[in-house]
Amino acid sequence: MNQFRRTFLKGAGATGTVAVAIAAGLLKPSQVLAAEWNKTAFEAKSVSDALKSMGASAPVDSKDIAIKAPDIAENGAVVPIEVTSKIAGTTSIAILAEKNATPMVADFVLSNGAEGYVSTRIKMGTTSLIRAVVKAGGKTYTAAKEVKVTIGGCGG
Amino acid sequence: MAEPMKIRATLQGDTADIKVLMNHVMETGQRKDAKTGQVIPAHFIQHVSATVNGKTVLDAQWGAAISKNPYLGFRVKGVKAGDKVVINWEDNKGDKNTAEAAVS
Repeated sequence: MNQFRRTFLKGAGATGTVAVAIAAGLLKPSQVLAAEWNKTAFEAKSVSDALKSMGASAPVDSKDIAIKAPDIAENGAVVPIEVTSKIAGTTSIAILAEKNATPMVADFVLSNGAEGYVSTRIKMGTTSLIRAVVKAGGKTYTAAKEVKVTIGGCGG
Repeated sequence: MAEPMKIRATLQGDTADIKVLMNHVMETGQRKDAKTGQVIPAHFIQHVSATVNGKTVLDAQWGAAISKNPYLGFRVKGVKAGDKVVINWEDNKGDKNTAEAAVS
């Protein structure tokens, strides 16, 4: 097999057919994914830019959002975060780590009986406020909790 | 990345408590290879969806700041024992994985 074919096949195999197909314009990403990945929000370098990209520019502080997270994170690479929203009609919960290089961490859209509750583990680069942004009944609400980090978890 | 996900779906009254543990490197694209000095490219799950009996209950978008080998917990009301939970994820390179479990 000549060298060019080997390199081409190796490249195509490594990239994966979906990615190659998207690059070739054969398969539009929107056909594969439910909703386009919100690149603007996830690459935003400030909390306000991230919120704007999510359509959540002026969230109202709410005491009905509880953030359960350690006061001091032993390991910044694995910080357990639980967000519970008692606000009726919660349709989504987003998590931001305000001092991460790109604050937007995740956005969970809930439907068909899913409760206003998510639990996950995140990376934090440094001590920061963890902010939860909840959309419910067409309005946006927020709450935040500080988590101290001794060893940053982003590898930078 | 093709390693199976672990799903645990337990019923508490009529609410299912669902816990998922996925296998994924969740590389941020900020780390450098110690030997070559080259940046290790970003490789992370971007989309996660969950259905119960075919109905979407959770549709999540993730960034690279979700920890390696992601853990996800969520709850769904109006669920019965035996209902089928399916979890799908897709990463920034187009790799996918799916797993299912019955609520017990």
